[in-house]
Amino acid sequence: MSVDHLPEHPDFLWRNPEPKKSYDAVIVGGGGHGLATAYFLAKNHGMTNIAILEKGWLAGGNMARNTTIIRSNYLWDESAAIYEHALKLWEILPEELEYDFLFSQRGVMNLAHTLGDVRESMRRVGANRLNGVDAEWLEPDQVKELCPILNTSDNIRYPVMGATYQPRAGIAKHDHVAWAFARKCDELGVDIIQNCEVTGFIKDGNRVTGVKTTRGTINTEKVGLAAAGHSSVLAEMAGFRLPIQSHPLQALVSELHEPVHPTVVMSNHVHVYVSQAHKGELVMGAGVDSYNGYGQRGSFHVIEEQMAAAVELFPIFARAHVLRTWGGIVDTTLDASPIVGVTPVENMFVNCGWGTGGFKGTPAAGLTFAHTIATGAPHELNAPFALERFETGALIDEHGAAAVAH
Amino acid sequence: MLLISCPNCGPRDETEFHYGGQAHVPYPENPNDLTDREWAEYLFYRENTKGTFAERWVHSTGCRQWFNMLRDTVSYDIHSIYAMGSPRPDIAGQSAQGQAGGPGLAPGAPTTTTSPEGAQK
Ligand SMILES: Cc1cc2nc3c(=O)[nH]c(=O)nc-3n(C[C@H](O)[C@H](O)[C@H](O)COP(=O)(O)OP(=O)(O)OC[C@H]3O[C@@H](n4cnc5c(N)ncnc54)[C@H](O)[C@@H]3O)c2cc1C
Ligand SMILES: [Zn+2]
Repeated sequence: MSVDHLPEHPDFLWRNPEPKKSYDAVIVGGGGHGLATAYFLAKNHGMTNIAILEKGWLAGGNMARNTTIIRSNYLWDESAAIYEHALKLWEILPEELEYDFLFSQRGVMNLAHTLGDVRESMRRVGANRLNGVDAEWLEPDQVKELCPILNTSDNIRYPVMGATYQPRAGIAKHDHVAWAFARKCDELGVDIIQNCEVTGFIKDGNRVTGVKTTRGTINTEKVGLAAAGHSSVLAEMAGFRLPIQSHPLQALVSELHEPVHPTVVMSNHVHVYVSQAHKGELVMGAGVDSYNGYGQRGSFHVIEEQMAAAVELFPIFARAHVLRTWGGIVDTTLDASPIVGVTPVENMFVNCGWGTGGFKGTPAAGLTFAHTIATGAPHELNAPFALERFETGALIDEHGAAAVAH
Repeated sequence: MLLISCPNCGPRDETEFHYGGQAHVPYPENPNDLTDREWAEYLFYRENTKGTFAERWVHSTGCRQWFNMLRDTVSYDIHSIYAMGSPRPDIAGQSAQGQAGGPGLAPGAPTTTTSPEGAQK
């Protein structure tokens, strides 16, 4: 499972150009989604006179803060389709981007602790299989075999009653993913502009024609918003609303350990998820803070609860030390599904609402959003995730499979 | 963790409370007349203010009463706690829309009630 060292970086990653006066398209947000979008715009649609504008440093938002779990075992057809497409892209991207980002398909288990969990999990395994997503139901002894350090005794508060298992799921080195996309974007001619905050939009009637930034005004024919936790702030500047609430979500890592944790374990019920990073840290996360927040930090009691759950499930971690904690700002929707598509403003498009689980979707978000920006119409994979679903009522309620309650 | 002053019980840890989302969202006066768009607005669209935000909380493990709160969503400072049904306090230097910036009031400081937002359920 573990590798000895991280991959060497290529000599050259990306330029830091001055912003030009105008572009064919501008992507707001230099996280994984913005980078993947620019990459597919250039590669699949031949649009290379484009810029990514990032207010901070490249991929310093949620991209740098997430726990990197990649899986596609979502319940509904629409979600299974887009997340499974993403997973298939993850499988080929290291070669395509010519940059190893250590996509490790070590499998993900989602534990069941109640009879309700068990029924829901089995239903999801069935649904996944019908959608061509690899999924298995594991009995407690099979769980133990796959992850021997997991406490599967039945005398704990919420015993492990089984788990769903997706063998093709796993983790990747998130920073390396961003750098891999950035390098290819640069190679294809995309301008990556850091320290450039979008502060307003220029419109001709209802059509966007430019962006105002802390580094001057830039004219553009098309704008793609990929700003995760800040999407509704930008939408407000552009004159429309999004059904998004921004919440703090935090994670933490321990000191380094020998390889002991061979897979990824998630529990929605006791609310913790744990994997072991390539270097050896235990990476853990839990749920969002309940209230809206733009501070990149989370509440201490959330950590306390997730630690209690982790130590009951993994007694050998009782003496592990926490090395670092941090938070991101995630953009949640009421049906726990993303919004990717057109907006009420002409030539402005939005990719947001991926909430606590958008890292795994990065390649498919980029691919479908690029299609929408280039053609003005949705790709078949993002069509169900249009903003209008909140009006038509065709919601895609993924709370059960989103794995983190929010 | 937030330290929240329940109007009935005094300062308690955030863990005793539950968050109830944006305050001052009135139930539609004539539900039968609403278009799909208006229903969508009522059900799914809420402010996501970066700055001072009016929101509802309930002291679930204490007095179980609801109240409103003005809180900064960037600094997490609590500017004001006030009764359900009262209009949103007008905080010095801040518009009723609650944009970021401007000085806040200390909790418990007197607040004026000139906000046009009425107590609509
Ligand atoms: C603690 C934590 C754990 C997570 N764990 C997982 C996980 O295990 N698996 C998973 O699939 N997902 C996970 N996620 C969710 C995932 O990180 C996000 O859904 C995903 O990163 C969002 O897309 P992005 O990468 O483009 O966002 P970001 O990286 O946040 O990119 C948005 C960028 O927009 C920039 N921006 C904002 N406003 C402006 C402006 N006005 N002008 C210019 N730039 C602007 C920001 O600075 C930011 O860099 C986690 C998130 C967090 C916080
Ligand atoms: Zn009380």
